[in-house]
Amino acid sequence: MATAHILRPKLQTFMARIRHRESSSGIKTLVIGGVGLIFWTMVFAVTYRMLNYFRGVPEIGPLLAGKLLGLILLSFISILLLSNVITALSSFFLAHDLDLLVSSPVDWLHLYLAKLGETLLHSSWMVALMALPIFTAYGVVFDGGWLFAPFVFVVFLPVLIVPAVIGSAVTLILVNVFPARRTKDILSVIAIGAAGILVLLFRIVRPERITRPEGFQNLLDFITILRTPTSPWLPSEWATSSIMNYLVAGRLDPLPIVLLWSTAASFVVLGSLLHRAAYANGFTKAQEGAERFVKGRFWRVILYPIVHPLSVSKREFVIKDIKLFFRDTTQWSQLILLGVLVIIYLFNIRALPLFTGEEVPFFLITVISFLNLALAGFVLAAIAARFIFPAISLEGRQMWLLRSSPLDLRALIWSKYWIGTIPLLVLALVITIFTNILLQATPFMMGVSVGTIILLTLSISAMALGFGALFPQFETENAAQIPTSFGGLVFMMTTLGLLAVVIVIEAIPISGYLQATFVGEPISVTPAMIGAFVAVVIVCAMATVIPLRVGLRRMEQFEF
Amino acid sequence: MIQLKNLSKKYGKFTAVDNIDLHVERGELFGFVGPNGAGKTTTLRMIAGILRPTSGRVLLGGDDVVTNPMSAKARLGFIPDRPFLYEKLTGAEFLRFVAGLYGQDGTVVEKRSNELLDLFELTAWKDQLIEAYSHGMRQKLIISSALIHRPEAIVVDEPMVGLDPRGARLLKDIFRAFVKKGGTVLMSTHTLEIAEAMCDRVAIIQSGSIVVSGSMAELREQTEAGDASLEELFLKVTGGAAAKELAAVLED
Repeated sequence: MATAHILRPKLQTFMARIRHRESSSGIKTLVIGGVGLIFWTMVFAVTYRMLNYFRGVPEIGPLLAGKLLGLILLSFISILLLSNVITALSSFFLAHDLDLLVSSPVDWLHLYLAKLGETLLHSSWMVALMALPIFTAYGVVFDGGWLFAPFVFVVFLPVLIVPAVIGSAVTLILVNVFPARRTKDILSVIAIGAAGILVLLFRIVRPERITRPEGFQNLLDFITILRTPTSPWLPSEWATSSIMNYLVAGRLDPLPIVLLWSTAASFVVLGSLLHRAAYANGFTKAQEGAERFVKGRFWRVILYPIVHPLSVSKREFVIKDIKLFFRDTTQWSQLILLGVLVIIYLFNIRALPLFTGEEVPFFLITVISFLNLALAGFVLAAIAARFIFPAISLEGRQMWLLRSSPLDLRALIWSKYWIGTIPLLVLALVITIFTNILLQATPFMMGVSVGTIILLTLSISAMALGFGALFPQFETENAAQIPTSFGGLVFMMTTLGLLAVVIVIEAIPISGYLQATFVGEPISVTPAMIGAFVAVVIVCAMATVIPLRVGLRRMEQFEF
Repeated sequence: MIQLKNLSKKYGKFTAVDNIDLHVERGELFGFVGPNGAGKTTTLRMIAGILRPTSGRVLLGGDDVVTNPMSAKARLGFIPDRPFLYEKLTGAEFLRFVAGLYGQDGTVVEKRSNELLDLFELTAWKDQLIEAYSHGMRQKLIISSALIHRPEAIVVDEPMVGLDPRGARLLKDIFRAFVKKGGTVLMSTHTLEIAEAMCDRVAIIQSGSIVVSGSMAELREQTEAGDASLEELFLKVTGGAAAKELAAVLED
């Protein structure tokens, strides 16, 4: 009862937020709901197709389905462990309500259970949402019936509880060793690094090779491996065996369920004992700020010569933004993922089955090089959404200072724009030039690609800033959450529209170029070709200037 | 120096500030007092150019904050009640940044910054990130930032919150010295003893309107309050029934 009482304000806040959303914008709810539904449908469709295919394979079909479920649940547990460690740091040690709770006569066990519940909810809701269409596909393909839904709930809940308890315990131990804020820094770098390495490893092992027939040379070994449980001591394996028994054999095996629930219960007991022993000390340590003396000379030496020609306010703004970015671990650590993304991007281009020893089809290379522009544009839009879109929102709390000073808001927009655009442009050029080199594209295609990507980058960056000002999230402290807002979604959709328009217009000169080369004629510069390129320049110029102007006007109307 | 002409601010149907007229002269320390939600902070934020008035004008040294914001704001130093700072900048970097917003840099700023940090006993902390500062240290840093560009007027919302007695005394001395040199201070406060002791004139604001305004002697005359203190005046003007009921609540 007391545990529920502690959680009640959170629930009330959540409900109030939903009520506010419902009353404020039906379209917003509709768009977010629509995107969620499309995502769910896609996950369901892919799982359904795979399971249907597995079901048709005699003997090993159910084994494959079970193996797949085991792998999915194991990945869920790994993700949950990491996300619980990070979430527990906020809910147990940094949350704003802790001062009130710790100073109130709240029993330690209720505090532990309430905070564990909060950690579990915050770190697991996404995984649970992701799991829903997957389990639905299993239920549909293997005719699980209506009872399958409550059965899965009973089996899946302890799979969520165990990582929450372990994650919270790991955090508790870490906080007792390091100051909480330093622990947060370390954890975010480790989490991002681990995620990056995982994605990189997954791509480098080239999973697409499994689909080739030569990958299945030793069938007997394959079946033997399938029959052995991957990790018999993990809850994911117990959940898998329980679910597959229910679906395939149609019987309810109590052992895995007992194992799951008894493990979850004993973990909660052990976790609470650890909490009783170490929380008070950890909470005290969490209050100690990690002292960080910074001389800032490095930035002064590096940046001042570069930004010296700028006006004082622009110069100070640029320096301030760069310092803030590199001093915030949650911000700069995202660069690790960005690096991984670029490597994978280039690796994918290299792994394309174009260069198989035969003469490379010129047509294919030109088309891929051209369509690569859209893909690169999309990648740039995603990066802009993460780094440039939140720029205005992040100034919100300090807007009292900016608005009360004689700072020209154009200087602010200017600084934000170029701080975001220059690195994005470098990245865009690296991706485009390297992919075209890897594709051995012609100088004409290289020229078109480089020119277009420069224009696109300037526009995407301006749109990210403009939409960021139109849909500010001043209440959000975490920059990573801002792009997932409604405004972020609108920005991404508009950018996709821009990419589509540019690609459609440029298809005119590219098709002319392809035709001319195909019949062996020299490329002739036609009015249509010039017109198309001019149109692209005009579209991109408008997509650059209009969002910046609209954003500036919106900023002038901000009230705090 | 600070002139408010028929200043109003509405949020939908709610009127936060209702047709305020006020003139704070150069060399004057003016107090703005009133109950919670009376419209003090809204008025100060309009003066600082953070909020746009629904109607009326704010003039700083003759410059309109809305139509001529650059020169108007250049004259002002603003100290808000709940300031958010750039947590990942050091104190010294923050001061340099604020000076930059006012178009100032170089050795003059460095010297001024060091003077202010020294004055507020923050020198030992100047190279530490602001995230490690206590509430009082942040308040001192904000006050330093409002003084870094040598403003002609200071608008300050609840200046003493979070300051230790030494800091509070220092701030009083700074304000007095600032006013003595021809500067203007407009401060909002709930600490009526401070307002009474420091301010040349005081305005009591309630429900968005100025109820009474003037020196202590003028206020007593206007409210026919004899030789009452500002606290008694305040309770008389704003309705002190709640205070009387408090004792009953505590006894229950």
